[in-house]
Amino acid sequence: MEATNKISKFFFTWVVLFAIWLAFTSTFALAEVVTGVVVSFIIAIYNFNNFTEIGLKSFSPKKVLYMIQYVFVFLWALIKSNLNVALIVLNPKLPINTGIVEFETKLKSDFAKLVLANSITLTPGTFTIDVIDNKYYIHWLDVKCTDRDEVYKEIAEPFEKILLKIFQ
Amino acid sequence: METVLQYLGYFFISVGAAFLLLGSFGILRMPDIYSRLQAGTKASTMGSLGMLFGIGFLEPQWLPKIIVIMIFILLSNPISSHAIARGSCKSGIKPKLNETVNSYKRIAEGCEESIKKEE
Repeated sequence: MEATNKISKFFFTWVVLFAIWLAFTSTFALAEVVTGVVVSFIIAIYNFNNFTEIGLKSFSPKKVLYMIQYVFVFLWALIKSNLNVALIVLNPKLPINTGIVEFETKLKSDFAKLVLANSITLTPGTFTIDVIDNKYYIHWLDVKCTDRDEVYKEIAEPFEKILLKIFQ
Repeated sequence: METVLQYLGYFFISVGAAFLLLGSFGILRMPDIYSRLQAGTKASTMGSLGMLFGIGFLEPQWLPKIIVIMIFILLSNPISSHAIARGSCKSGIKPKLNETVNSYKRIAEGCEESIKKEE
């Protein structure tokens, strides 16, 4: 179990690094591709343990579909948040009602927490100030509620329910 | 066809530039460091993404590189501003909270908790 897990982690790292290499060189010339395979192999040997937690399982079709869904949910939230901030900034009265709220997450892996924190930072009116264990401290431009569960429903739920499926 | 792609590219570049401009207004107008970071982060992320996307339309052969750069910006931009916010929170800069929501002292508690943990 341990060995197969390590192998799957290693191949995942190799494939991802090689894909990034291909994207950056944007060519399929033999010399470039061979260099990419060798270089990403060497980097993967040293880094696969820190690079991923679930390895090749992240390529399962279900997870890939959820990732695509996540990208769209996220981009829509990003556009909304920018319009929201633009409206606040252009309003002469500057209608803000700032406060700091907290909620608890169900996510376990560190990378999932990072993605959630980044998503919250980039969505309407919210900004992650600190993450301590599984508690998130959020600076909110327009506070609507203070109760933990309500805050969770309002800010984190749309992202977290997809992230739970991707990372677990 | 090429001109349509060009116009789309210019459109996205202008949208990105507009968001960057609005973000700079936000940095000027917001009352305290946390709200300023909010405006700055969102606008700079969206602005640079829009610009890169527009360049992708103008130069389609750069698109793979541009997508990788977009992913790096999406991962790194919020982290850098989060680091600034966390640092200012730990060094004791108080956010300007609205009078009506003055009961939100969580941040102070949270910072104290995290400082204690690190000690």
